[in-house]
Amino acid sequence: MRILVCVKRVPLTGGRMVLTEDEQAIETRHLGFTISPHEECGVEEAVRLVEQHGGDVTVLTLGPAEAEEQLRDALATGADRGVLLLTGGEEWDPQATAAAIVAAIEAERAAGGDYDLIVFGNESADSGNYQVGIRVAHALGRPIATGLKGLSIEDGRARCEQEVNGGRDVYRVPLPAVVSVLEGINLPRYPSVPAKLRARKKPIERITPERPEARLEKLRLVLPPGQGKRAEILGRGPDAAPAVVDVMRALGVA
Amino acid sequence: MAGVLVLVEHTSGAVDELSLQAVALARQVAAGAPLAALLVGDGGSKAAAQLGPHGVASALVAEDERLAAYAPGAWARCVSDLIDRLDPAAVVAAGTNRGNEVLGHVAARRDLPFAANCVSVSSEAPLTLTRVRWGGSLLEESRVHGPLALLSSAPHMVAAGGLNGAAAPAVESFAPAVDEADLIVQVAEHVDTVATGVSLAEAKVVVSGGRGVGSAEGFGMLEELALLLDAAVGCSRVVTSAGWRPHTDQVGQTGTKVSPDLYIACGISGATQHIAGCKGAKKILAINADAEAPIFASADFAVIGDLTEIVPAITAELRRARSQ
Repeated sequence: MRILVCVKRVPLTGGRMVLTEDEQAIETRHLGFTISPHEECGVEEAVRLVEQHGGDVTVLTLGPAEAEEQLRDALATGADRGVLLLTGGEEWDPQATAAAIVAAIEAERAAGGDYDLIVFGNESADSGNYQVGIRVAHALGRPIATGLKGLSIEDGRARCEQEVNGGRDVYRVPLPAVVSVLEGINLPRYPSVPAKLRARKKPIERITPERPEARLEKLRLVLPPGQGKRAEILGRGPDAAPAVVDVMRALGVA
Repeated sequence: MAGVLVLVEHTSGAVDELSLQAVALARQVAAGAPLAALLVGDGGSKAAAQLGPHGVASALVAEDERLAAYAPGAWARCVSDLIDRLDPAAVVAAGTNRGNEVLGHVAARRDLPFAANCVSVSSEAPLTLTRVRWGGSLLEESRVHGPLALLSSAPHMVAAGGLNGAAAPAVESFAPAVDEADLIVQVAEHVDTVATGVSLAEAKVVVSGGRGVGSAEGFGMLEELALLLDAAVGCSRVVTSAGWRPHTDQVGQTGTKVSPDLYIACGISGATQHIAGCKGAKKILAINADAEAPIFASADFAVIGDLTEIVPAITAELRRARSQ
């Protein structure tokens, strides 16, 4: 099986967000970056499928040159090669993002390669647009199942499980297909030191797509109101226990 | 101005609360223009009758036995057919798994912009809106460029409200032109899971632990307290990543969103990822050794100190108070 996983570089925001002066982004000068959580599980899921059925995993991202770091992370956890769709660091809207990914997949197809399965995260941690994978699937004329908590290949079909109220819905989707996964579908492995070293030598292809006009145009970011309340200190150490129980009683939960 | 179409989800004839919130968002866009609702599946007509007080003028109930099991492509086909027929200025759905998925399909099918999880929207063209990012930790103001806007409403961030005295909507059934391609991805089977213990999403009290709990075994004292309070045990993302607890226990942006009367955060620093999952709690009590932890900026009550001493002391005090 040839599998493509699409991932996004997002900041590790910690406890408090600060915006840049132009209100276009989160101030990230003092922050680290990571692969968005659902997509981290997407990489793990693809690597496990290939371990089971054979094949290879390509990991793709659209982002600034620094997003190579997230591709290397994915290569260290078992992906075989990377594709970096280079941007100038500005944010692309979902339609533009999907179009660039579709163009990269079609170029690969024209060169004789194709993917049996394309994996997305259900939504990115930062912009949360819930649509890039669906747009890519439609453009390629392939079926998509979203929000998966279970995935296996049975008789040439993807058995897809979605968590719903009171249980799981199961879909059987013919390959080639597109899926989007949720964190919790698996527990991603940590890369070993030798794997990190090997990842440095794995190939990354760089493409610079042209950015179309945004149709969902971000004007500015705003911090929600009501941040930074001051908690009432009930006490320090175990001596605070009676005050805690008083609060529980006042709330009617004790 | 053209009207607005709302996809209304219902459970065997009862309109889902989140869809009433979507109708409220649709009223903002419509600014007085007529609202039409689309309902799919058994019980659609019964659910439609409940929409009058919410300002819905007409309801279209999609009836086709092939729609009995959920198929996102087929639902999107219903929406797309109604766009052709009604020429609305916008289509709105609830920001649920299905609402976002169906609008994603409509957006892809018709190459339209789609803004997920909106909290407010203006009625003037070009349409501007505010939507949530980072699970609600940040807001984004955006402008939509397209012949019509697709919008979903962020759960629990738009008041459903209701108008008084509105007449019941005119209900009409319609047969969408669903074809085989729309049904390739369709629910084939439903597997029930057996619920064990108190459900995290519905618990009145949640006792939750983070990195400060220290180990999988450390959760024993949280479970003991939870048992006394008939509470569910939750945890932060650090804990599930370390494998101390299953992902089903995770409270956060990528885990479960909880709304208990009391949320007890033990040894949780308070990353935005976590707060996105527990900010729906009526009250938050944070127990943390670090008096500067960000969790205290989101909490109502604080106890500072070693949770391995404090949690057992609370359990003992509860037992003592109850025995009196």
